[in-house]
Amino acid sequence: MPTLTTPIPANPAADWLPVAVFLVTAVLFAAVLLWIPRLIAPRHPTPDKARPYECGERVSGEFWQQIHIGYYLFALVFIIFDVEVVFLWPYVRVLGGRLIPQGLGLFVFFDLLLFVGILVVALVYAWRKGVLRWE
Amino acid sequence: MSAHQLAFLVLGVLILVSALMVVTVRNLVHAALFLILCFAGVAGLYVLLQAEFLAVAQVLIYIGAITVLILFGIMLTRKITGGAQPPLASHWKAAGAGAGAFLLLLLYVAMTGQWQVSDQPPMDSTTTLGLALVTRYVLPFELASVVLLAALVGAVLLARDETR
Repeated sequence: MPTLTTPIPANPAADWLPVAVFLVTAVLFAAVLLWIPRLIAPRHPTPDKARPYECGERVSGEFWQQIHIGYYLFALVFIIFDVEVVFLWPYVRVLGGRLIPQGLGLFVFFDLLLFVGILVVALVYAWRKGVLRWE
Repeated sequence: MSAHQLAFLVLGVLILVSALMVVTVRNLVHAALFLILCFAGVAGLYVLLQAEFLAVAQVLIYIGAITVLILFGIMLTRKITGGAQPPLASHWKAAGAGAGAFLLLLLYVAMTGQWQVSDQPPMDSTTTLGLALVTRYVLPFELASVVLLAALVGAVLLARDETR
């Protein structure tokens, strides 16, 4: 099937300007919202006010503390499914561009079903091993 | 100056400044956050180079996975602030000399190399890859899923005993 691996011309209408506008707006939005209180809010700092807020309790111990190794498993599970998304992205783009060859629709559908199915097995395994349980 | 050049300039400054902050800030968590900014800038460069798939993979893998691993590595470590020496303290001369030599080499290659501009129209890397993955290379596609399954099983087996 040589035709299926020949490059597809890029869509000349693909435009990243909205992404750039979005990013710049997001940064400006956050910056301005942090800047306005500095302008108009009254500031009378005292040592007690400058303390980190812990629901009214006195702060005890160091702020930077070693976290429990158990959280590491959450990170590992996250990474597995993060990498899965990398594989799903081209697939979604093929769907979005309506590029699936004639007659291969079901085949391509079951491709993804199997791919995700294997990863569901991974999720079920992690779940049954108690990785997802919060202790 | 075209919009393309302006974007390159902004991204270049962003990458350089954030990379410099990574190696100079004293707080390791802040360094990791600046690393995210640096990776985001590189993703923007990939977009400028019309390498859309690389840009998305950069965001997902580097900003998502790698930084999470680094942050967890920092947070699992004891005493990340107490008595930490400034990251640039040791070997900075040797590291600077190495980086400088590499920069000179890159500049030499960039200035003297014969760079051909392709006359082909730009291709859509993501959909090309996607179509190949679900048709001709469907076996590697499914095998990737099996590899991920094996990675998760291995991670759970290795890490679970330590948590109990």
